[in-house]
Amino acid sequence: MFGIVRTIWDVFRHGFQPRVTRQYPEQPAYLPPRWRGRIILSRDPDGGERCVACYLCAIVCPVDCIALQATEDAAGRRYPEFFRINFSRCIFCGYCEDACPTYAIQLTPDFEMSEFRRQNLVYEKEDLLISGPGKYPGYNFWRVAGVKIGGKDKGESENEAPPADLRQLLP
Amino acid sequence: MNEFAFYVAAAIAVLSTALVITRRNAVQALLYLALSLIAVAVVFYGYGAPFIAALEVIVYAGSIVVLFIFVVMMLNLGRRAAQAEARLLPPRIWIGPAVLAAVLLFEIVYLLARGPRLPVAAAAIPPRAVALALYGPYLLGVELASLLLLSALIGAYHLGWRRQPFPEVRDAPPESPAGLDSGRDSVRAGSRRSAGAA
Amino acid sequence: MVSPHPLVSLLAILLLALTLASGLIWFERRLLAWWQDRYGPNRVGPFGLLQVLADMIKIFAKEDWVPPFADKVAFILAPAIIVVTVLLSFAVLPFAPGVIVSDLNIALLFFLAMSSLGVYSIVLAGWSSDNKYSLLGGMRAAAQMLSYEVFMGLSLMGVVLLAGTFSLNGIVRAQRHLWFIVPQFAGFLLFFIAGLAETRRLPFDLPEAESELVAGFHSEYSGMKFGMFFVGEYLGITLISAMIAILFFGGWLGPGLPPLLWFFLKLFCFLSLFILMRAALPRPRFDQLMAWAWKLLLPLALLNLLVTGALVLAFLPRR
Repeated sequence: MFGIVRTIWDVFRHGFQPRVTRQYPEQPAYLPPRWRGRIILSRDPDGGERCVACYLCAIVCPVDCIALQATEDAAGRRYPEFFRINFSRCIFCGYCEDACPTYAIQLTPDFEMSEFRRQNLVYEKEDLLISGPGKYPGYNFWRVAGVKIGGKDKGESENEAPPADLRQLLP
Repeated sequence: MNEFAFYVAAAIAVLSTALVITRRNAVQALLYLALSLIAVAVVFYGYGAPFIAALEVIVYAGSIVVLFIFVVMMLNLGRRAAQAEARLLPPRIWIGPAVLAAVLLFEIVYLLARGPRLPVAAAAIPPRAVALALYGPYLLGVELASLLLLSALIGAYHLGWRRQPFPEVRDAPPESPAGLDSGRDSVRAGSRRSAGAA
Repeated sequence: MVSPHPLVSLLAILLLALTLASGLIWFERRLLAWWQDRYGPNRVGPFGLLQVLADMIKIFAKEDWVPPFADKVAFILAPAIIVVTVLLSFAVLPFAPGVIVSDLNIALLFFLAMSSLGVYSIVLAGWSSDNKYSLLGGMRAAAQMLSYEVFMGLSLMGVVLLAGTFSLNGIVRAQRHLWFIVPQFAGFLLFFIAGLAETRRLPFDLPEAESELVAGFHSEYSGMKFGMFFVGEYLGITLISAMIAILFFGGWLGPGLPPLLWFFLKLFCFLSLFILMRAALPRPRFDQLMAWAWKLLLPLALLNLLVTGALVLAFLPRR
């Protein structure tokens, strides 16, 4: 019997304790920098697309929500012709970010992407591309990769020795 | 209270009582019974007995008929019960008593119509007067009624008393399943084989 | 104070009771949230006050569905009964001197009669739905409300003994010098518990125990019929709170403030108490509920009546 009265009194006292509710839209929630939210495609420091359309993200995606088509420009640089992420399927696991060899695809601390129509959750490349390099400011894949593209020959990348001349015997 | 209200209440009481008798669905009949009791309470109120009117509603309509409904709900009578009721009571069984009762009713109505008319609105009897009457001149009757109720209470308690013949029945191991169909296909370790060997 | 015409009182009380009952939905949610360290509805309108309006629009726009297997008459009648019986009880409540619809001299008995007729609503709803869970809820309601009615009436008889009348007006006037909470504290506790059970409020909401019986007796109800049960429940809470204020806390009596204000102050205190019970206590088992009623609370009520009667006979002058 005493326990019942005690319970009532304790519950009554809770009225004078601070509330735990956070008034969300007015008081935004803290999200850690490594939060896995909305997916973006980043750019090189010089403004070019980082994505080389290697399909690794689409393959690793457990829910098959990434669709893309590779193509090449005149300089021989690979890029996706279209890049589509269906966010109504995406589970924000972050495997695509892990799989990406060029740091192009990244997850951001943003989750406010509700829509009234399901179709609006399918993001195209222009929705995904941002103007900056994202989490890796100095990195430029085409500057370190030993691939020949327009304006850069083999051996001209950073930290890359000039290619060995196979027709010469001298070391 | 004017006479009009009295006649309306009385008509409702008579009509709903007739419906109690004729309904085949037990719950509907009980609902009409409650309605008739409430109408009678209104009549009591009109005759200046508000205390009795309130008790009529509290005790009869509010408790006893609810208990009846409770029991009927427990029995869970369906449509089949109503059909059985209809088969049990064909018109040729009840038509004889009904005619005789109608004759009696006619007689009563005739006598009442000839007798002196009572005024509808008498002086109101407050609860205090009822209490004084009950615990004054009618004390013996009240005590006898209370004794009767007490014995009824004890009787009901005795009927409801459930002796437990085998105190550990619930926790006892289940009976031998040899006679049961279920589980015949499953191999029970050793049991059947040893029985066959013996 | 000039007393208004009964018809004016009637309309005002009817309007007030219904507004209060629907406003209570908001009040309860805010208060529960307050005790649970939350905010509750605070988006629609100032402090979320228009939430009630939004809910009402929603519930009126919902499909009003009568199951084909239901007993149609009883099914439609049931939600009306509860609202009607509770609203009828409001007719005998004295809100302030003169603010009363009908100053019945058996007002207390009238209140008990109406609350005992309210059982029909729940029982009929449970039976007519023709649904196992509804039936179980209806049966539970019948047993529970019948049992708690018994000592609800008995717990009030001490007050009647002290005041010497069944009239609520007379009972309030009899408390001019001393509120009945002091001599009748046990009666107050018993009446409060019985009131909780009678309005089927938590912790005694076994007829609609969501975790066991879907929604109990109103599982099959939708739209405004369900809304009527909802409003009926809140009207019942208001009624019991008002009765507590009138019977044990001197109704409109109080120093300084106008009588009507005193009454509503007390009323809201007890409404909050009802909601605190909901916030604090878990639901008992049904056999515990019945055992309490018959084995603990009924003897206590009888004992209270006996002691009060003896003391009244010994000390109060004969009237």
